[in-house]
Amino acid sequence: MSKGTKVPGYMQGKGSRNPRGIIGDREIRYKCSLQNTILDVLRGRPGWQEVPGQNNIQPNVNQANPKQAGSGSTTQGTTSGYKGSVRNPQGPGTQSAVPTRLQGFQSIPPITRNSDGDWDFYWCDREWLAQNYDTMFLYEHQKILHFRNHYELTRKNLMVKNLKRLKKQTERELGKAEGQSFEFFPTTYELPSEYHIFVEEFKKNPGIIWIMKPAARAQGRGIFLFRRLKDITDWKKGEYQPLSDPNREVPETYVVQRYIENPYLIGGRKFDVRVYVLVVSYNPLKVWLYRSGFARFSNTRFSLDSIEDTYVHLTNVAIQKNAPDYDPDKGCKWSTQQLRKYLSAKHGVEAVKKAFKGIDNIIIKSLQSVQKIIINDKHCFEMYGYDVLFDSDLKPWLIEINASPSLTASGKEDYDLKFGLLNDLLNVLDLENRLTGKEKRVGGWDLLWEDGPILADDGNMECAPNGTTASIPNSFLGCHNERKRQLRELYTAAQSIKKS
Amino acid sequence: MGDSNYSKAYIQALIDELKTSKIYTDLQCAAQVDLAKPTLRLSELKKGVLNGLVNSGWDRKLRNAIYRFLQTNPKLQAPTPPPEHLKEPLVYLRKAQQSWEKRILKSLNSMCTELNIPLARKRPEKDQKEWAQKWTELGIDGPDLSQIRPVYAPKDFLEVIIGLQNPNYHGSDTPGFYHLWGIVQVPLKVKDIDELRLQYSDMSINQCQSGIDDAQDIPSELFEQERVKLGKKVISANHGPLAQEFSKKGCPTSMRATLWCQILAIEVDEIDILYYEQLKTNVLQHELLVDSLLYKDVKLTATNDDQYFVFEDFLYQVLLPFSRDTHVLKHFDYNSASPPKSYIRGRLGMEEFAVNYPPNGVIPFHGFAMYVAPMCFLFKETITLYYVFREMYIRYFFRLHSISSHPQGIVGLSLLFESLLQTHEPDLFFHLKSVGCHPLKVAFKWLVRAFSGYLSSDQVLLLWDRILAYNSMEILAGRFGGFNNITSHSIDPVKSLLQMKAPCFVHGAQRTKRPGAGSSQREAFCQ
Repeated sequence: MSKGTKVPGYMQGKGSRNPRGIIGDREIRYKCSLQNTILDVLRGRPGWQEVPGQNNIQPNVNQANPKQAGSGSTTQGTTSGYKGSVRNPQGPGTQSAVPTRLQGFQSIPPITRNSDGDWDFYWCDREWLAQNYDTMFLYEHQKILHFRNHYELTRKNLMVKNLKRLKKQTERELGKAEGQSFEFFPTTYELPSEYHIFVEEFKKNPGIIWIMKPAARAQGRGIFLFRRLKDITDWKKGEYQPLSDPNREVPETYVVQRYIENPYLIGGRKFDVRVYVLVVSYNPLKVWLYRSGFARFSNTRFSLDSIEDTYVHLTNVAIQKNAPDYDPDKGCKWSTQQLRKYLSAKHGVEAVKKAFKGIDNIIIKSLQSVQKIIINDKHCFEMYGYDVLFDSDLKPWLIEINASPSLTASGKEDYDLKFGLLNDLLNVLDLENRLTGKEKRVGGWDLLWEDGPILADDGNMECAPNGTTASIPNSFLGCHNERKRQLRELYTAAQSIKKS
Repeated sequence: MGDSNYSKAYIQALIDELKTSKIYTDLQCAAQVDLAKPTLRLSELKKGVLNGLVNSGWDRKLRNAIYRFLQTNPKLQAPTPPPEHLKEPLVYLRKAQQSWEKRILKSLNSMCTELNIPLARKRPEKDQKEWAQKWTELGIDGPDLSQIRPVYAPKDFLEVIIGLQNPNYHGSDTPGFYHLWGIVQVPLKVKDIDELRLQYSDMSINQCQSGIDDAQDIPSELFEQERVKLGKKVISANHGPLAQEFSKKGCPTSMRATLWCQILAIEVDEIDILYYEQLKTNVLQHELLVDSLLYKDVKLTATNDDQYFVFEDFLYQVLLPFSRDTHVLKHFDYNSASPPKSYIRGRLGMEEFAVNYPPNGVIPFHGFAMYVAPMCFLFKETITLYYVFREMYIRYFFRLHSISSHPQGIVGLSLLFESLLQTHEPDLFFHLKSVGCHPLKVAFKWLVRAFSGYLSSDQVLLLWDRILAYNSMEILAGRFGGFNNITSHSIDPVKSLLQMKAPCFVHGAQRTKRPGAGSSQREAFCQ
């Protein structure tokens, strides 16, 4: 812990108001709105028990089930009249539209206040939180996924807006040079609002390729590339045709982004890297980084000649699935460890360290850009999935940030990864109160930032060589992840500290 | 070099070899440059030129060339042994290999007739252009492979090896009465664990190893820093034996490519590039049946592998030219196998119309591509990758699919594996045998592929480091001896069968102890 006596945000509650008073020796009760790996993890945890009434979750949807919020009584949990296909609440609205106002949700009855005493941990979906957050009351010990306005970071247009703002502020306060550290996202404009600035920029750089993405859609839907302005005016006509679609009141927000034309290729294929980041508090900012993750490869060989061919350019699994020769068994994935080994064999350890440090920078800067905007709440935590792309100089670029990264496993290896990831996430949150709160590594998670950078060696209790490694940041993305052994040692150590 | 260890004939062969190689002319040129230097005094001509060669690094290059020759050419015992003795001294093994080759060839021929494809044909002009264009992305649409099947798989080969009998050896009437309890019934001398321990003393438990003790979360000043420093020194020396000695403790990931090149004495120059381009042109001009076999193999193995699918195109760029490379034929001097012959159409059986088929004399089997796949992690340029693979093949890998009495041949390795397991894990050995799953039947395919595809790529590379460093493949079999030593203590023997079938899993269990290749042998050889 760098700051001596300081207690991290989410631990404060625990320190002062004995959480045992609430959970005590009873089991930990959880709710979960998803049907995939996370549910397996929760069910597999000793001493955790599902809140009854969960069994009537719609089986096929990994989306919302807002009614489950009802005061735990099973009768209220019926799903009649509720359509499984939820429109993304942050979807078609502009900027900071309040999702609850959207049409699709108006038929849902208001949620009763304080329905929440019956669970300790809730892996809810974003839609549920959006509707209920303002009306619910949480006890000291309760933990819930997502922050209230997480979309500040996960909607592509807002993310860029926030980053641009912090960049400007940094340049003002610390000078242009400092602002350089924000050069990790390509030139981006929001459409339609910034259309004119975009056209200006477009004309300044003729011939380059741009990529158009809907701000709020996920899994690569609605993305296309273009080189000529004509392509976009055609699209604009189609998209903004007034009153062609009565359901669409406002034009959907898009971002247009300079396309990275020199991605790093392995075996002729483009790939991006999924990095898992856990934020347990925004004030002070406390960030954990998971060691493992994966690189997703595009199925076909990269070439700029065929910009109509979306398969080449997008690495989203969802898009790749539609490619004609997709083989689900192959998965087209490498573990981050594998990638790191490959890169260090080709470029040397130092170059790779530098590249991965760039990813740390992306994570911290992007989170700082929304630090003052996100409504901090010690009950909330968020696991982000960052998508990062390397260019041919090994410089990382931020593609997007997901607040609900897919937890459905594509294969055994993927399942093991996600299972470990989520289990360790629960270990970090530590509802069981088994840790001291001063850990810098829990399973596969490394504490990356706590109101300031964390270094690998100061006061590290699990392995503290008094050597000269002072400047090594506590960041081990793509490093060996022997989480089980680490956890064993960790809990043994924590126990002995607590006893003494 | 006047050492009495080497016979005159051997030295003569070495000198002949050097004289025909490029280094000879290079040396001459370098010497001439030195001669032309104004500082050179006529009275000290010889000394001056020699010094000049040392200073300009040519001395090292010559040493490397000689070292390479020593490594690849077996030392002659008798002054002039007949060439077939060089290939394989035991007659019954030689015969077995010959009849195995006949079987392969027959199966290849019958596939040709069945599918009505010629062994080779010239590509039409249009196809040639098309191929030239898609050279770097050959994996996108390959030939129709639905009819093609691999000529043989390790399993078929194992049956042949099990069937080997020494006609001069009579044990007892009860089968397997003496030491040959395993399924390999060829009495060959193999090393015991003490000899191996001595040979691999650099891997003992008290020695730090790259790939284990330089993990990211171990403070680098404990081992890594020194190791990297030493590695840089070794690399700058550019001397094969030095690089080899260094690699005994494993290569640091970022230095592996360079170290391997130094050990194998590979420096890609213009001539090599030209040669590769020539091979490539040959691929473009002619289509062979072997191409389809290679294609099929890549699709079946590497493309289906989570680690290697990315490298599909590289594999074609290496394997297809490899099948055309007649340089590979040279290794049949000391390989018990012989290149298959084919005859030009209509001249069947006439010696003067016989050609080697495929041109390099190697018929790929199921899993052949996996010899190349792990190396794709090391080299960016296909050409370097190509030459490293070729050298690895003609030094080591060919032994893994030909029948011979060589201690590193597949027969010897299988025997070594069985004897280590019997001696040091009798319980496990007996258990597996009694449940009807003989350990070698499980392990054979791992041996044949040198573990590629069965262990994770970094483990495979660490293992191959040792093959290069010790210039021996005994480590492949030794690996098991150690393997089981550890696992069987903690694992219920019934389960161990399953675990044996999944090496990665066993290995995963071990990693908790100390990750990395070699940890197993270390424990086994050097407790």
